[in-house]
Amino acid sequence: MATDDTQNVIDQPEVLKPRLVTIEIAGKKVDVPEGITVIKAMWYAGIDVVRGVGCLGGFCGACATYYRTKDDPKVRTCLACQTAVQDGMSFTMMPPFPARKATYEIQKLQDPKQDLFNFYPEAPLCRNCNACTEACPQKIDVREGVWKAVFGDFKSVSEMFMDCVMCGMCTPVCIADIAPNLVALYVSRAQGAHFSEKPASLDTRIKEIQDGRFNDEWNKILKMNDKELAQHCATVK
Amino acid sequence: MDIHALQQIVHKTRDARRKQTIPKFSPEDRDQLIHKYHPDFRASAYRPIKFGPNEGDKTVVELATLLEGDSSIQDHVDLSVHYTCDVLVIGGGGAGCAAALHAHGAGAKTILATKLRLGDSNSVMAQGGMQISVAPEDSPVTHFIDTLKGGHMQNDHALLKVMVEEGPSIAKWLLELGVLFDRQADGNLHVKKGGGSSKPRLLTCSDYTGLEIMRVLKDEVINQKIQLLEFAAAIELLSDDEGNCTGAIFKDLDNQRHVVVEAKSIILATGGIGRLHIQGFPTSNHYGATGDGLCLAYRIGAKLDHIDTFQYHPSGAVYPEQLIGALVTEGIRSEGGQLVNAKGERFVNELDTRDVVSSSIIRECEEGRGIRTMSGRVGVWLDTPLLDAEHGPGTLEKHFPAMMLQFERFGIDISKDPVLIYPTLHYQNGGVKIDTNSETNVKNLFVAGEASGGLHGRNRLMGNSLLDLMVFGKRSGLTAAGRAKSTKQGKLTLTHLQRFRAEAKKHGNTSGVISPMILPAYTRKVG
Repeated sequence: MATDDTQNVIDQPEVLKPRLVTIEIAGKKVDVPEGITVIKAMWYAGIDVVRGVGCLGGFCGACATYYRTKDDPKVRTCLACQTAVQDGMSFTMMPPFPARKATYEIQKLQDPKQDLFNFYPEAPLCRNCNACTEACPQKIDVREGVWKAVFGDFKSVSEMFMDCVMCGMCTPVCIADIAPNLVALYVSRAQGAHFSEKPASLDTRIKEIQDGRFNDEWNKILKMNDKELAQHCATVK
Repeated sequence: MDIHALQQIVHKTRDARRKQTIPKFSPEDRDQLIHKYHPDFRASAYRPIKFGPNEGDKTVVELATLLEGDSSIQDHVDLSVHYTCDVLVIGGGGAGCAAALHAHGAGAKTILATKLRLGDSNSVMAQGGMQISVAPEDSPVTHFIDTLKGGHMQNDHALLKVMVEEGPSIAKWLLELGVLFDRQADGNLHVKKGGGSSKPRLLTCSDYTGLEIMRVLKDEVINQKIQLLEFAAAIELLSDDEGNCTGAIFKDLDNQRHVVVEAKSIILATGGIGRLHIQGFPTSNHYGATGDGLCLAYRIGAKLDHIDTFQYHPSGAVYPEQLIGALVTEGIRSEGGQLVNAKGERFVNELDTRDVVSSSIIRECEEGRGIRTMSGRVGVWLDTPLLDAEHGPGTLEKHFPAMMLQFERFGIDISKDPVLIYPTLHYQNGGVKIDTNSETNVKNLFVAGEASGGLHGRNRLMGNSLLDLMVFGKRSGLTAAGRAKSTKQGKLTLTHLQRFRAEAKKHGNTSGVISPMILPAYTRKVG
């Protein structure tokens, strides 16, 4: 074990003496240890959470939350599993928002860039208020993305929205009733299915497998006993 | 000490370490290391299962208790049918979505039920990538060999051959659905090298591979108008008089009512067990990873395979507190990130298999060369700034945006400071035993993805999970759909449960534990 107990120990005064802070969960005041995540604060307060928790790793968007810090009028957004509570914080989880998602057969689209306006006719009505960008917990320039989608720059949109966790917080704030995350999802899929190069070597490999190019090797390997197989494996570096 | 002071040794030793190569362990040394330090070999954490299909087999205490647990369903429960379908998919992650899409595509009336939302799963968090042998210098056979080595030669050969051979066609399917895999300049798929692999084989979508695949699959499930039952937790399977699976009972988590679904085939795609926190480990898993499918399948008589072995991902965050258990993707090590102990030394080849790397981290910490936190945790450094030093400033930002953002939220810039990590409970290597069509020994009961067992042997190779989900999701979906045409809907009974209860009684099992767990009990109870 470690030779010296004080050596190689990271200072965490907040862990040794957790300070209780007062926060408001959906309008109700509770005391919780400072610095725990918003989700953990809810558990600490005895609230059973079913809707509103998903991956707990910042990837699924289930825990979209509105919050405000002490004395600040600005209501902000966060992922509850990725945000620490602080004194005077007030938050409430975003309820499922009834945004309209278009349905489409992605592979059968004839003119995906034009089809955007059929599936999401509200997309070009953006009034540039920028509220969507401010609402994005993933720091995506959502407004810019909507415009790029409308102008047919699908490639840029697909790159900008690779970080999108589909939390949907860009949607309730939109005064033009656009659901930017859904628009971007359509655009990204269209980019992948229609405007990306077909990887030639992938087709070659599929054909090789179909034509049985590896059959001899398979036959050799699958006939080996455990010892022979282990020896063979050791030769592959 | 201040964390920045402790990190100095990593900065100071960086240049010297860059030139250093660390050989991989010999097979003997590797076995010795694992037997001494890997949590799978901590005998006190294990016990034999008292009864059922795996009677006498050892697994971790937490899982054994749930497998022997009782059902919440009473003998005379009302089994009036709410929904009827050909194929019932339970679970909304990668395997569930792939199964539902293929079953639906083959013309079966399909229902997808999940206890949280569609897509809530571990799949969405998969960052490292998906192993598929697309590179000209690679082959499915080499993929097979690498996986076998990683799995300690214990993998089911038939399952493994199917997976590696179907990989390329899965890549094609995903591309056609619009998944944006990273490309080379010539348009071919970019491949990265993963731990334990002899060739670069990882297809990636930056460090959002799982998220990108799941965004697309979820969207496709909705576009195909597959019937969804969300917030519906499976609490018992149903069987006919011959013991074949015929449906399932769910609890609607919004109103606590039972929902009975009859189906000609049932596909369990319920994922893993991280939230059981076996041996007290933190976990990288999602909220619902409570091993529900294992309990359901076990009660109806399905045999489990390799349920004594779990994967502890080498790099779970230890600091800050809010990120404990969260994954620091293996991609960082693939790109040259080094593991460094408190003395500033490397101690393992970072690209060795996960069980080896995890065991060596545990060794460093147990032998006093770890860095401790005041909350009582311990870990070693992962030298993330090395990537920018090696490949130029901005490398982390460009290739690991998810990782950067996750730490940035807590004021940590991983391109400037190393990250403290320790193994975190990540994956259930085993699961319900299946054949190459994903079917269990219980007729019409299929299992796909992490809930199944055999494919990965005793240690899953990085990047093989996403492929497993897609391949066996597809095979289960297609087989189940095909069977629907020639099968009549069987009767709905609880015969299997009566048999299970009789056995439990015979073995004096009175733990009172009800399974499946559905969700972990994290809510603080006061008074």
